Amino acid sequence: MRETLLDIENLRVTFPTRQGDFQAVRGVSFTLGRERLGIVGESGSGKSMTGRAILRLIRPPGRIEADRLAFHGQDLLAKSEREMQKIRGQKISMVMQDPKFSLNPVMRIGEQIMEIYRFHTGAGRSAARAKAVEMLEAVQIRDPERVMRAWPHEMSGGMGQRIMIAMMLVTEPEILIADEPTSALDVSVQTQVLSIIDRLVRERGMGLIFISHDLNLVASFCDRVLIMYAGRIVEVCEAGKLHEATHPYTRGLLGSLPRIDAPQPRLEVLRRDPAWAEAPSVSGRR
Amino acid sequence: MSRVSVENLNVWFGDGADRVDAVKNATFEVPSGASFGLVGESGSGKSTILRAIMGLVTTWSGRMTVGAFELGKKRPKDFYKDVQMVFQDPYASLHPRHSVDQVLGETLSLHGFRDIDQRIMKLLDDVGLGPAFRFRYPHQLSGGQRQRVAIARALAPEPSVILLDEPTSALDVSVQAEVLNLLADLREEHKLTYIMVSHNLAVVAHMCDATAVMQNGEIVEVMSVADMRAMKPTHPYTQHLLDSSFGYRPNAAQSA
Repeated sequence: MRETLLDIENLRVTFPTRQGDFQAVRGVSFTLGRERLGIVGESGSGKSMTGRAILRLIRPPGRIEADRLAFHGQDLLAKSEREMQKIRGQKISMVMQDPKFSLNPVMRIGEQIMEIYRFHTGAGRSAARAKAVEMLEAVQIRDPERVMRAWPHEMSGGMGQRIMIAMMLVTEPEILIADEPTSALDVSVQTQVLSIIDRLVRERGMGLIFISHDLNLVASFCDRVLIMYAGRIVEVCEAGKLHEATHPYTRGLLGSLPRIDAPQPRLEVLRRDPAWAEAPSVSGRR
Repeated sequence: MSRVSVENLNVWFGDGADRVDAVKNATFEVPSGASFGLVGESGSGKSTILRAIMGLVTTWSGRMTVGAFELGKKRPKDFYKDVQMVFQDPYASLHPRHSVDQVLGETLSLHGFRDIDQRIMKLLDDVGLGPAFRFRYPHQLSGGQRQRVAIARALAPEPSVILLDEPTSALDVSVQAEVLNLLADLREEHKLTYIMVSHNLAVVAHMCDATAVMQNGEIVEVMSVADMRAMKPTHPYTQHLLDSSFGYRPNAAQSA
């Protein structure tokens, strides 16, 4: 029996506008076990909003509605803001795209990691300090003692992102939501950061939601992929079989990528069919 | 006869202890009508080379020629007519309060064209935007449409060389395909020479005939696209870039 960490049914995210309500996520359903689940789509497809909605990080007047949004069977929508605070960071963590905007610029890195740990566990300073150093080592930072005393602006992009991952995993959450965690990084650093996420997820048996626009990356990194278009899921497939996907949108996206191994005189141009946005969302539950 | 030639180009920023050598001893040639790529990671100096050719940085040494122009610190007006640049982020490179008509009209009048009205229509048509787009402002355009306007602006003075600085990295892949197809068509139609900076090897392989691979300000390898497709790089760094462009491979991570 497969364990289900997260169970989502008919998730909707709505923003009121002057022209009436705008639905950014329109009835998405999926489950997450101890697996690496990829969500791909283009900008505006609702993939980031889906990730944020799970943690209830949509600011009013935006609304989150769902028939079911359950973490270990507990309804996340029924929780108070105070109870959600205990889940965010401790049970479900999120790594965002750019470390420059996620780290507090006027606080030393060590303090930031320790603060999160102490907030969620109530541990003492020395225990938190030891844990922070251990986490920095786990994300392959060579000189953790120096980095503990450093300021965010002294870090490169790759270092910053590894620090974010250390910070998000210090509380040993069960689910990590990574929203384009490597898009701001160079390819060589990207591989390092991915291998760190890969190893930690595997060793700790976590569930990972990996949000990305990069089809090749998701196909090679994840176990299962949801393809989103206009706020809905248009296709669900095994990551290894992404290149055999059948939906015209997924096929179109794959065809529009230039390839090193297969030269083509012209790139395929995606012809959008209005019916894709109207078709009911495919369920990613199992 | 090569259209663009760069010999022993050095570019630096700052003085004394703060001096940073952004480009070290770069040498390459781009034949007339060819498309040449510059790939590398952020900070490797690839965009700096474009900026040096364009005249946007002043602290450089070495020899650069574009066609008949021997490039010095000060360049004739004809040079700026012949060489144009398209920037990475169409959200930042278009003036938010100038309409498409103003953007193109200003460029055309600066370069002394008379028949501005017809030329604007022709340019919009060239980049696949209809006359309906003429009086729109940047905020009324999508990312791909904005990049088309930026390309139209670059085409306005009828240049023979266009420098492209990551022209599609801010765009979704489906829009990237449209813009790359457009750039390929325009090169064919107007007999343009391209120098294209990108971090995406697949894009460079699609667009260019040859590419220079840069690391820490140096060109470590100049390779033809045929060699790239055959996965036959000579430098380990190029090999690493090629491996990474195929997505995530656990084995590649260890060798990094």
